[in-house]
Amino acid sequence: MQAASAQAVLDPEVTEGRTGDGAPAVTLAGAWDIRALEARARMLTARLRLLSTESGRHWDLSRIQRLDHIGALLIWRAWGKRRPGRLALAPEHEVFFSNLDSTADAASVAPFDPLGPVRGLGARMLHTREHLLGMAELIGQILIDSLSLMRRPLRGPWREISASVFRVGTQALGITALVGFLIGVVLSYLSAEQLKAFGANIFIINLLGMGIIRELGPVIAAVLVAGRSGSAITAQLGVMRVTEELDALSVMGIPHTVRLILPKIVALAIAMPLLILWTSGIALIGGAIAASTQLGISVNSFMSGLPAAVPTVNLWLAMGKGIVFGALIALVACHFGLRVQPNTESLGIGTTNSVVTSITAVIIADAIFAVIFSDVGISLS
Amino acid sequence: MNPIIEVTGLWTRFGDHIVHQDLNLTVMPGEVVSLVGGSGSGKTTLMRQILGLEQPTRGTVKVFGIPLHGSNARMVQKIRKRWGVLFQQGALYSALSVFDNIALPLRELRAFDEDFVHDMVMLKLDMVDIERRHALKMPADLSGGMIKRIALARALVLEPELVFLDEPTAGLDPDRSESFVKLIRSLRRKLKLTVVMVTHDLDTLVSLADKIAVLAEQKLIVYGTLKEAIAVEHPFILNFFLGERGLRALSAVGASVKLLSDKN
Repeated sequence: MQAASAQAVLDPEVTEGRTGDGAPAVTLAGAWDIRALEARARMLTARLRLLSTESGRHWDLSRIQRLDHIGALLIWRAWGKRRPGRLALAPEHEVFFSNLDSTADAASVAPFDPLGPVRGLGARMLHTREHLLGMAELIGQILIDSLSLMRRPLRGPWREISASVFRVGTQALGITALVGFLIGVVLSYLSAEQLKAFGANIFIINLLGMGIIRELGPVIAAVLVAGRSGSAITAQLGVMRVTEELDALSVMGIPHTVRLILPKIVALAIAMPLLILWTSGIALIGGAIAASTQLGISVNSFMSGLPAAVPTVNLWLAMGKGIVFGALIALVACHFGLRVQPNTESLGIGTTNSVVTSITAVIIADAIFAVIFSDVGISLS
Repeated sequence: MNPIIEVTGLWTRFGDHIVHQDLNLTVMPGEVVSLVGGSGSGKTTLMRQILGLEQPTRGTVKVFGIPLHGSNARMVQKIRKRWGVLFQQGALYSALSVFDNIALPLRELRAFDEDFVHDMVMLKLDMVDIERRHALKMPADLSGGMIKRIALARALVLEPELVFLDEPTAGLDPDRSESFVKLIRSLRRKLKLTVVMVTHDLDTLVSLADKIAVLAEQKLIVYGTLKEAIAVEHPFILNFFLGERGLRALSAVGASVKLLSDKN
């Protein structure tokens, strides 16, 4: 019996010799279990292979003291996966070899597939199509749900919405302020050098005002929210899939689009424009402070010059972008969250894809905005 | 013969709540010991402490004669190679295929080549009666019974001397759970394993365990054979073994009549 630690570790031994009738013989002794073999498996494999090349050799295994499947497999593989003709084996060790004999015809692992890459490409195309269809389905379902909600507004998920606004909006104020401020400072420093060269110091107000309010503020806030809240939404829905919470909602007759997804989309559509205003405001403050040290334009005159430099319609444009970006991020995050398979790897992939896709979607949407509104709020009248 | 597991003077306290109070347990080589107790009696905690996943408040846990808490990391690592654990949900790595799950502990040793690992994995699959065509499947595509079997194959791949089974038959239908118990019994006989298990299932308990450790009132109230356990007057034991459910399970193995007549 394999016993406790007090037992000394025996070494596996191989001795060559001759039997009574002069035939070549090998005697294996000592311990042939995983503990003993771990350190010298390769060496012993090579040695036994060499010995088993000579046919008709007598193998004496009866002096082995400890044997397990690892040792048996090692010896059996050295024999070329079949028993040698002359073999002495202790009866209690027979069991380890009898298992091996039945596995002689080892089925191999995955067969090579020459069409693999082509198949893979096709699968990816179908996968993309599936994603688009799934997204369309989700949007449709949400539209239907919001219509029915409009008829009975009291039954809406208002608590969920307000909780989500707090999570995605209020709790994001710190990080968006920090990043916005730094971007404002950096941008101001960079442009100040260029403007000084042309003696156009005062235009820093136009440059920063237009750049931040119209483009940078919305995109920076959206990218931060996509990374922060988009990933959280995907992970949350994904874990709910893994733990069957989504199924539990379904069987209770509570549609998860109304309880889980709609609140997130509405919350982000409300919080995003506000976050954008906040980010842009802080970025402008940062820019104004940097401008006062670099160009000597006081913060006061920077702020009073802003309304003349940036038409008010730009603020509305930024708010509009905020609503669209917020809804897009939530939609993409929910879409990927619902598609998580019940395993850990899929959860990781889903979250990564969600963030990458939502940031890409935000930038594409921003480009579309830029083209459509190219002559709105830019020319100073 | 030296004991495989030796728990002495074990105390566990979570805040004011005392789970174990001066608990002692010794498991000898070749024994199959089942931990039994009501929920909250600390069976799982005890098992996790023996596995080194949790630290007791006081007391020592020795496995293979080596104290688990307070030994250096290399010694504990050595112990870990000599035991196998079957978790309740299988705990197969969901990112790896069945094959890779079983191969992982072997590959970690870095002692054997890939061909050897392949043959070993196939051998273990045969041992737990899983067809080879399932080797490339992912755990998410398998049924509960198959997951348990594959998790058992993974627990056995390093040829452990000591095996822990946490609720080995929970979540299996009666048919599957019976065949799983048969499997464990035959493996135990073949490989001369020492087994420590936690189970609520009386059928499993009766057909596998040599010794039963009943945990109640923060300590082991009984540690002995089924017969010895039933002989003890204790509300938990009366409820568990001699309640309606218990009697049914015992009578199914033809044990109850004899035991009860001994008792009266």
